[in-house]
Amino acid sequence: MNVESLVRVEDKLYYNRYLVDIGHPHVKVRAHTTPSPQLLALLKACPARCYELNDDGQVEITVDGCIECGTCRVIAEPTGDIEWSHPRGGYGVQFKFG
Amino acid sequence: MIEERFDAIVVGAGMAGNAAALTMARRGMKVLQLERGEYPGSKNVQGAILYADMMEKLVPEFREEAPLERHLIEQRFWMMDDRSHVGMHYRSDDFNEERPNRYTIIRAQFDKWFSSKVREAGVTLLCETTVTELVRGERERIVGVRTDRRDGEIHADVVVLAEGVNGLLGTRAGLRARPRPDNVALAVKEMHFLPRETIEARFNLRGDEGVVIEAAGTISRGMTGMGFIYANKECISLGIGCLVADFQRTSQTPYGLLDQFKRHPSVAPLIAGSEVKEYSAHLIPEGGYKSIPQLYGEGWVVVGDAAQLNNAVHREGSNLAMTSGRIAAEAIGLVKSRGEPMSAANLSIYKKMLDDSFVIKDLKKYKDLPPLMHTQSQNFFLTYPQLISKAMQNFVRVDGTPKAEKEKATLKSFVRARSWTGLFGDACRFARAWR
Repeated sequence: MNVESLVRVEDKLYYNRYLVDIGHPHVKVRAHTTPSPQLLALLKACPARCYELNDDGQVEITVDGCIECGTCRVIAEPTGDIEWSHPRGGYGVQFKFG
Repeated sequence: MIEERFDAIVVGAGMAGNAAALTMARRGMKVLQLERGEYPGSKNVQGAILYADMMEKLVPEFREEAPLERHLIEQRFWMMDDRSHVGMHYRSDDFNEERPNRYTIIRAQFDKWFSSKVREAGVTLLCETTVTELVRGERERIVGVRTDRRDGEIHADVVVLAEGVNGLLGTRAGLRARPRPDNVALAVKEMHFLPRETIEARFNLRGDEGVVIEAAGTISRGMTGMGFIYANKECISLGIGCLVADFQRTSQTPYGLLDQFKRHPSVAPLIAGSEVKEYSAHLIPEGGYKSIPQLYGEGWVVVGDAAQLNNAVHREGSNLAMTSGRIAAEAIGLVKSRGEPMSAANLSIYKKMLDDSFVIKDLKKYKDLPPLMHTQSQNFFLTYPQLISKAMQNFVRVDGTPKAEKEKATLKSFVRARSWTGLFGDACRFARAWR
């Protein structure tokens, strides 16, 4: 049985409180035609499943649910595949418990 | 934005940043602290256990004031396979002492309180402010920070980098390397809410007594990692973490592991019927002694997780953060009291003081363990837990097989899985790294 297919990360993200900075994504994916192994690794490693493949087979990011752990930075910033910054002051996830 | 000049700027309002800011303010320094979250703690994630001794050195009266959850009277270590766990429990009434040694806490709430003490001491705190860059002056000296506020450049004699494991400033400025996939773990955590009485009944607790469960084994699917379950007053912190390099290598998902851990027959009854109220994730520095970066330079010091100060073997982090923050502040205070500049030569006293503390001594003791665990993860986190579980079942199940035959079968299974030289080598390597 494939456990992953049963876990809906979106439902988990609904527990959290976010202040989304519309129009200012703090993480960007570099334009590419074929994704690097590092970018492909993010599809699985990101705990908020922010990274997904689009119809053309490229890796895209939606930062709205990002929990700002930095895993994607550790994996894919050195190769230049992504640009990582912290959200602007006050924006992003706001943990109540942490 | 701010015209005035500060003695020190502290980046971050976590354990390390708060300890540093508080200590400097109490020594009469003019301190500005910058925090990117809405309030202190809103970006901070930890298991979380608070070590009283290190907190007491900063706020002696914290037990009366701070939002604490439960004082720990019991520690359980579980080695798990898919259906069982072999456990070692230590429970002692000695921990029901007047000044308990360890507590579970909820970081967002605790940090808010800790920060109130920091502000009482006279620190200026600016929240919702992301520091984007360190500002350099003559001879590459750090003279301040740039923030995302308008006209957001602020100057100070020294900058304390308490920016956490994923701090960007120090790495962008070339002061230290970026964390690598093989020296940080990714942990995911959920907060499970249940009535107080239910938690106390399920964990065998009275009043504010608490329990910690640390679990390793097949739950990490052969990766270097651990699960944890901490009892709070009205909720349970439950999570699991593995090395980022292992996630990258195996294509396992963090939430898949968490879900499997929750559904394990030893875990599921503890959280049955709970309401989840938060899902978080955080990196944990796991590289140990060998991954500690340069700790000071011209006009700056780095403390806490940003300096990789974390004892993965004992799962201690926040106390190393608090202690390094306090010691850095004391070192800065010494330099200032002599009226000398915050140069690298003068700030080197921070490293000397830290070397003399438990922080570096402990990390040095285990300097060889992280590489051993990381290269032998299949053996330590998959093979051995399965073998040990099988051996235990063999030992306790009564089925008419003579005991000698059972023992022979158990031994055989170990040798078959790891070979005599493998078993001997693992034992020696482990002993040497632990020593």
